[in-house]
Amino acid sequence: MALLDRHIAFVEALRAAGLPVSLSEDLDAVEAVTQLGLADREALRAGLAATLVKREGHRTSFDALFDLWFPPLLGAGVGGHGAPPEDEDDRTAEQVAQVLRTEVEALRQELSQALQDEDADRLRELTQEAVGRFGAMPGRGQGLSSWSSYNALQRIDPDTVVLRLARALMAGSDDRRPLSEELAMRTATRRVEGWRRQVEGEVRRRVAEEKGAEHVARTTVRPSVDRIPFTAARRGEIEEMRRQIYPLARRLASRLAKEQHARRRGPLDFRRTVRASVSTGGVPLTTHHRPRRPHRTELVVLCDVSGSVANFAAFTLLLVYALQEQFSKVRAFTFVDDVAEVTGEFRAGADPEETLTRLTESARHASLWGRTDYGRALREFRSRFGDAVGPRSSLLVLGDARSNYTDPRLDVLRDLADRARHAWWLNPEATAQWDTGDSAASQYGEVVPMVECRNLAQLTAFVHDIV
Amino acid sequence: MTTWFDSPADAAKRLHDSGYLADTATATTAYLAGALEKPLLVEGPAGVGKTELAKAVARATGAELVRLQCYEGLDEARALYEWNYKKQLLRIQAAGDQSWEQTHDDIFTEEFLLTRPLLTAIRREEQTVLLVDEVDKTDVEVEGLLLEVLSDFQVTIPEMGTVSAVRRPFVVLTSNATRELSEAVKRRCLFLHLDYPDAAREKEIVVSQVPGVADRLAAELVETVARLRELELKKAPSIAESVDWARTLVALEVDDLDEEAVGATLGVVLKHASDQDKALAALRGHQAGARRR
Ligand SMILES: Nc1ncnc2c1ncn2[C@@H]1O[C@H](COP(=O)(O)OP(=O)(O)OP(=O)(O)O)[C@@H](O)[C@H]1O
Ligand SMILES: [Mg+2]
Repeated sequence: MALLDRHIAFVEALRAAGLPVSLSEDLDAVEAVTQLGLADREALRAGLAATLVKREGHRTSFDALFDLWFPPLLGAGVGGHGAPPEDEDDRTAEQVAQVLRTEVEALRQELSQALQDEDADRLRELTQEAVGRFGAMPGRGQGLSSWSSYNALQRIDPDTVVLRLARALMAGSDDRRPLSEELAMRTATRRVEGWRRQVEGEVRRRVAEEKGAEHVARTTVRPSVDRIPFTAARRGEIEEMRRQIYPLARRLASRLAKEQHARRRGPLDFRRTVRASVSTGGVPLTTHHRPRRPHRTELVVLCDVSGSVANFAAFTLLLVYALQEQFSKVRAFTFVDDVAEVTGEFRAGADPEETLTRLTESARHASLWGRTDYGRALREFRSRFGDAVGPRSSLLVLGDARSNYTDPRLDVLRDLADRARHAWWLNPEATAQWDTGDSAASQYGEVVPMVECRNLAQLTAFVHDIV
Repeated sequence: MTTWFDSPADAAKRLHDSGYLADTATATTAYLAGALEKPLLVEGPAGVGKTELAKAVARATGAELVRLQCYEGLDEARALYEWNYKKQLLRIQAAGDQSWEQTHDDIFTEEFLLTRPLLTAIRREEQTVLLVDEVDKTDVEVEGLLLEVLSDFQVTIPEMGTVSAVRRPFVVLTSNATRELSEAVKRRCLFLHLDYPDAAREKEIVVSQVPGVADRLAAELVETVARLRELELKKAPSIAESVDWARTLVALEVDDLDEEAVGATLGVVLKHASDQDKALAALRGHQAGARRR
């Protein structure tokens, strides 16, 4: 592909992945490439990133796409690990499986050693090897076979490697001090996650080589963290999302403070203005205003914490509590088929991890039979905590409205909504899925306005609007 | 046209010589900012060397640094220019029976103009690095002003006419990302996200800034700091804190970072009591293990 065509296709792919690349930025990027040349791949990456990526959250997508359009090497790479050879001998299935097990085990061992040493070169080789040996998806005929990171990773089972690596880190080595269990687990998880991403990148690269980069970009590059659906996030992504919560809350809070500041410019303070004008010969160059009284909402959050939507509830609660000062009062309740109050479990600035653990525990208190039952939960909430909802409060219900075909008790929700000043329902499912199966989304949606809230971006927008 | 750096490698070398250890991305982006004459927006957590980068570019190129420190409530009068009203009023009172036209022409002249950093940087004829520090602290209106100034590097003063830059300054904007800057500003800038450096580079920074620190102690220190950053703390330790910590240890003549030393000096690195507790608990296992060896 000619260089300019490649560049255009690359920018197109960035746009398709949600990066808002303007024409002028595109031109800057061309200029940067002209200045830098193509010899140094990392400099090229840096130059393109500086001109095209203006938001750190987009960096992961950028890197994945950069690797596709400007791949470091061709074919099976250094180790020469192409697809495994067709089986020509007549070993029994059991023998083949045995060989495979030994190979997987050897790879795991080398992998955890390389991760322990943080040996980048060796890790790259092992990525090649893992994909080459275990990532092939056989297909009949030319162009139908492919590569899969799922295959490769499932064989290797990264969780085993995490545990093994953690153990090694806890033991320490000659030039490394032993780590505590907590630190060892964290470090191991992060390193293995990094390697997993390498494997995914390598698979994308190989598929791109066979089917074209556009194809891969369309089908496999994950969206940026704030667009990943709560209900489909992977473990590493959930971690990353959790880390985003506080910075997000901080940005949101300062934006709100500014807006309120502007809105709150009260009436003219005559005396202060006159006094200040003395220094300018009686000319009132600056005017002073009285502050306006702030008005704050009392928030009552009622969240479904059953398995399917627990992450969503957790993120929302973390965000709400990180913004606690924005509300005059926050009370939080969790439910599955029973209700528990969790207000005390949250403190502003509390450790998000601990909070999440406590929240998971609360799910036990919130469940009687363990099957989500919105009708029952609403009824229980009204009878035990009904006085939490009053004319000054805003009621926020979080959940997918999937109630196992039980009576939704719309009357109870209507009653609660009538008592509150405002009521909203946030649903983490895409609108297209509402009302499918056991979802009672539009029934509830008729009682209180229901808003689709699938990712951090939508969540932030919503929270901004209600404060 | 001025050239700032000849190549990314030249940028890396000259920044290094002036005490700033830049990685590939930083050196490349600094080079491009000079070559494309585009403002450079540097974003990242506190204490990773955003401000220092601007200062280092000035040192490395022999340019003068003009700094606009942003804060909430910063306005055009503080950022760009303002008329010296008091002086003007005095002049008007002293004008006697001079015609108003004459007085008007007199009081809107250089003599009564107070130039602020943005105008200063544009009017300078020598090499200049303009640092707009902590731009996320300002209000949106100031961003609009920056946008105007940084687009064509010219300023119109209604009473005096348009001032254009004779020589474009090298502009660095820094931000802690407490809020998202407007798309328009970002479009005009090159963007660099600075993060904590890897262990090797941080060690180099510590060693270069703290005379008398032993190599092994520096290595141990940056390793420990890296661990602390892995814990989710209220305020993760920055490079500045690593350097402070090394200075403290050298001053106390500590040469092994054992449990006692960490316990006694952790306050230099972590400012919140709850962070200290969390860190001590997490480090304890690793220190105990170390003693066993
Ligand atoms: N790459 C580097 N090389 C040498 N020293 C560095 C480097 N990065 C940071 N430092 C050191 O770290 C200190 C803190 O950096 P600086 O004040 O620039 O941080 P900052 O990112 O501007 O932080 P803040 O957001 O708090 O303003 C500097 O004074 C410098 O000593
Ligand atoms: Mg700074």
